[in-house]
Amino acid sequence: MNAIYDFSILTGGIHERLSGLMSPTAVMITEMVIIGTLLIVFVALMGLVLVLAERKVAAFFQLRLGPNRVGPWGSLQTLADFLKLLTKELITTKSADKFLYNLAPFIVMLTPFLALGVIPFAPGLQIMDMNIGVFFITAVSSMGVLGILIGGWASNNKYSLIGGMRSAAMVVSYELSVTLAIMTMVIMTESLSLSEIIASQSDGWWIIKGHIPALIAFLLYLTASTAETNRGPFDLAEAESELTAGFHTEYGGIKFAFFFLSEFVNMLVVASIATILFFGGWMPFHLPFEWAVGFNHIMDFIPGIVWGFGKVTFVIFLMMWFRWTFPRLRIDQILNLEWKYLLPMNLVNFLLMALIALSGFYL
Amino acid sequence: MSTIIAYFKGIGQGLNTLWTGMKVTGYYFFHARKEIITMQYPDNRDTLKIPERFRGRVVMLHDQNNEHACNGCTMCEMACPNGSIKIITDKILNPETGKAVRIIDKHIYHFSMCTLCNLCVQACPSNALAMDNSYENSVYDRSELTFVLNQPGSKIRDNVKD
Repeated sequence: MNAIYDFSILTGGIHERLSGLMSPTAVMITEMVIIGTLLIVFVALMGLVLVLAERKVAAFFQLRLGPNRVGPWGSLQTLADFLKLLTKELITTKSADKFLYNLAPFIVMLTPFLALGVIPFAPGLQIMDMNIGVFFITAVSSMGVLGILIGGWASNNKYSLIGGMRSAAMVVSYELSVTLAIMTMVIMTESLSLSEIIASQSDGWWIIKGHIPALIAFLLYLTASTAETNRGPFDLAEAESELTAGFHTEYGGIKFAFFFLSEFVNMLVVASIATILFFGGWMPFHLPFEWAVGFNHIMDFIPGIVWGFGKVTFVIFLMMWFRWTFPRLRIDQILNLEWKYLLPMNLVNFLLMALIALSGFYL
Repeated sequence: MSTIIAYFKGIGQGLNTLWTGMKVTGYYFFHARKEIITMQYPDNRDTLKIPERFRGRVVMLHDQNNEHACNGCTMCEMACPNGSIKIITDKILNPETGKAVRIIDKHIYHFSMCTLCNLCVQACPSNALAMDNSYENSVYDRSELTFVLNQPGSKIRDNVKD
């Protein structure tokens, strides 16, 4: 990896400049404020971009043009929508549980923020390098369902309640598969730290090095994580055709925008984890052979941030492809899929991966 | 054993059908430039091509001699679900046989009530009616939506049966 693409040069420079100006405590507080602001801006920008991408991609899949009036190729459409949502009145329904009703959007938004804190998007572009990053993300991402459940319950509306309950049943089930698929890869990476997982793929991505079980784990992870984000063929919590809007029926204005945004940022988080575990995060495409040294060297000239976001975009595109192709499932079919298919396959795959790791039958 | 085979067969079939669906939508996505069917109507008004089967409004077909094929049998009037067709018939004496023959005086068509269901065109035994491809049919007054479909001075074609 070329050192010139390392963001720690930039962040380290800023840190030194700040240290020369003020005391260590003040430096820490200033850096936290800067990072927090950047994170909020990043999430808001990614939300706008992803919503626009979703609408454009959906339109192309359905042979439509999609938004094309506001700005060139409709690029300012989501900004206009966002401004509209900002200016709307915030209404709390009469019979709602006021405190929980207003709390739910923040809990839902908290999850992707926490998860984004440990994800490395490029070399050095990571807020916090935890040695238990994978564990932290799996723990934090299960909190998102709490917000959905609270929102569904506190709205005091039958549609919201059913949507929230469905989401709870679904996410609690699919958490198992997501975690097991991640653990399958952790056998290979031998580390829970996300930056070390990426470093372990400097001689080739795990989906190539881990061959069959890694490929199966990737498919299982993709399926289960699509369900976990309440998207695609598993969007039972919203269920437009049955439950008007599911858990966020009673929400409007910026509170609705929070639920909407969290769905898309969750997708970003899930895609980032898939990228890190299977496609090497920001690591360029390397082949684990001796004759490929020159090829690996050429690949190093593409910056890590391009690799990172390119691969995340690819996984997000896959999830969008699923969403606009597959028919929706019923709640019993969804639970069947998890408990009768994904979970047993995951367990067998886990064993297979352990055997392969023991026998050393990987690249 | 058979249930186990069915289990794995089900997985295989499921993946296969999902891949089939993804191929279809994937083709559309990557050939979007060619395949998109949206027409940006007011912008492309000069080059707009209306499909042949587009239902604009009901017309009566007249040939170059200003003759139509309607003998006033009122099948279209009876077929119309919302009563937007009213036929006023007349009788003339056939000079050769001396019998009274029924002809149409006015084939009145209320476009304001029409849902363009095509039932009158299908009901017509002599194919006198058709749908045209007209659009931009809006007017400022309701009375302008009542049409007399047979052109002034037109008469029935000779070979149309009673």
